[in-house]
Amino acid sequence: MILTQQLILGLLVGGLYGLAAAGLSLTFGVLRVLNVAHGELLMVGGYGTFWLFTLWKIDPFLSLLGVGPAMFVLGLALYGALFRFVVKAHEEARIKNSLLIGFGLTLVLHALAIQLWTADERSVTTAYSGTVMRLGPFAVPLLRLSSLLLAFAILAALHLFLSKTRWGRAIRATAEDWEAAALMGIPVGKTYLLAFALGTALAGIAGGLVSISYSISPSIGMEWTLKALIVVVLAGLGSLFGSFAGGILLGLAEAMSVVFLGGPYREVVGLLLFLIVLLARPQGLFGARA
Amino acid sequence: MKLLLAGILFAAGCAALPLFTARTDLLNLGVQIFLAVVLAQSWNLLGGYAGQINLGHAAFFGLGALVTRTLWVAGVPMIVSLSAGALVATAFGCLIGVPAFGLRGAYFAIGTLGLAEILRITIGNLLPEISTIRAAELASYNILPRYYLTLCLAVLCVAVVALLVPSRVGLGIRAVREDEAAAEASGVSAVRHKLLALAISTALAGLAGGAFAYYHVSYYPQHTFSPVWTFDAVLMAFIGGVGTVHGPVLGALFYVILKEVLALRWVEFHLIIFGVLFIVVVLFLPGGLVGAWDRARRLIARSRRPW
Repeated sequence: MILTQQLILGLLVGGLYGLAAAGLSLTFGVLRVLNVAHGELLMVGGYGTFWLFTLWKIDPFLSLLGVGPAMFVLGLALYGALFRFVVKAHEEARIKNSLLIGFGLTLVLHALAIQLWTADERSVTTAYSGTVMRLGPFAVPLLRLSSLLLAFAILAALHLFLSKTRWGRAIRATAEDWEAAALMGIPVGKTYLLAFALGTALAGIAGGLVSISYSISPSIGMEWTLKALIVVVLAGLGSLFGSFAGGILLGLAEAMSVVFLGGPYREVVGLLLFLIVLLARPQGLFGARA
Repeated sequence: MKLLLAGILFAAGCAALPLFTARTDLLNLGVQIFLAVVLAQSWNLLGGYAGQINLGHAAFFGLGALVTRTLWVAGVPMIVSLSAGALVATAFGCLIGVPAFGLRGAYFAIGTLGLAEILRITIGNLLPEISTIRAAELASYNILPRYYLTLCLAVLCVAVVALLVPSRVGLGIRAVREDEAAAEASGVSAVRHKLLALAISTALAGLAGGAFAYYHVSYYPQHTFSPVWTFDAVLMAFIGGVGTVHGPVLGALFYVILKEVLALRWVEFHLIIFGVLFIVVVLFLPGGLVGAWDRARRLIARSRRPW
């Protein structure tokens, strides 16, 4: 009983882990840039949805249509101002320097969010927030279910974009081998820019969904960065649906840990999984490809 | 030579400070600066000289604090408790070192971050109660021994790094940072040198944690495992000048003082300034403030020359 209920909740939160990880995996896979500020970008997107709802009563799901593009533009700006300088280096230095820059960005965004919006925990509460669907003896919160479905739909749309359009193919080619892509006439710089902005937009949308179905505060950033990293390590790179499945796997693993070990150790299980996979593949996340 | 002299003079000045003033706010600031120096310098040994970005430094600080505090509150003499704390931190460092050094570059960084978070959450769950020093100690609490203990640690830490770096072992550590394969080919064992840097770095971090446990009247045990300790160390080392002996010391001074000044009006504001400064250093000034100063001096010297 309790286990099944927890597993349902784990499945629902797992979709958001997957969405958060998809953005990180996109920037990591294409640019070889490890942006550890990903969770902070998610937090910023969450505040976007929260304020649009609180100040102008804009429906939170509708507001994602504004938050997504706004975060896309933020991604363009961040790439232009910071990460553009990193991608010139060779791969190892690229990952290391981007990690450091992401770290600096994390501190700045976190401190800025506290200055601007205080450290309070917030969440969007709409008229339909408490709605629960009954599946026999089990409760399925409607908002979390819609978030999961929306997360899946967004990833499916992105998948179509990556496989069917010219720019999408450019992104995939660059991810596979940027030098070969450059030789084929693909503007690698612009592709990087696009992929980074898309990753930022995905983080922002995931944040919006988090503020709808869970809660946000300036300090959620690192937690979500770690979740996304765990999923990326679990699922590997290169497949959006892999990220989605990895996210759900993490959600289910956490649910099991809540039942068997108790709530306080929920975060530990994911991190342990993460360390085990990391140690089992010490050559790093690109090991399979290299 | 000039730097050595400046360092000795500065330390002597700090040692003499309590003779001239009894202002506890100044002495407290001193303790914070000395602790920050130890944190930044110990991080710098592994992160700057050995090139291993350790984002789990707080774990060792926290272990040192936990062990020292527990023993000390139970009645064990301070020096013994402090050594035990450092020992446990080092032992843990060596234990995780072998598997962790299998991870390269950024993977080492996120792996250590994950490990430290596991420890932080577990400690928070196991020890949720606030830790307060004994009532008898509280009645006779005096800032002076704390001041001199942390000052001694800061001097010890800087001296250890300053002596180690130019030595044969120090050269080995730097060789491994520059090119592991080349170092191995020249007979320098990469794992052994990285482990040694890790062991010294974690011992110093454990000592800093122990001194914190001796200094602070009451805190939650989880607090000493907070990633903030790591982040502070990284910021101070990089902004001062990573991979130099004097850089992290100046970084720590700059960081703590500016933080205190800003905290009067805005609590977290210093992180915005330091975060931006950090990004600028990573992108454009790899030598930090120390490197920028050297470069500026050379430019001035060159422009003064008539030909």
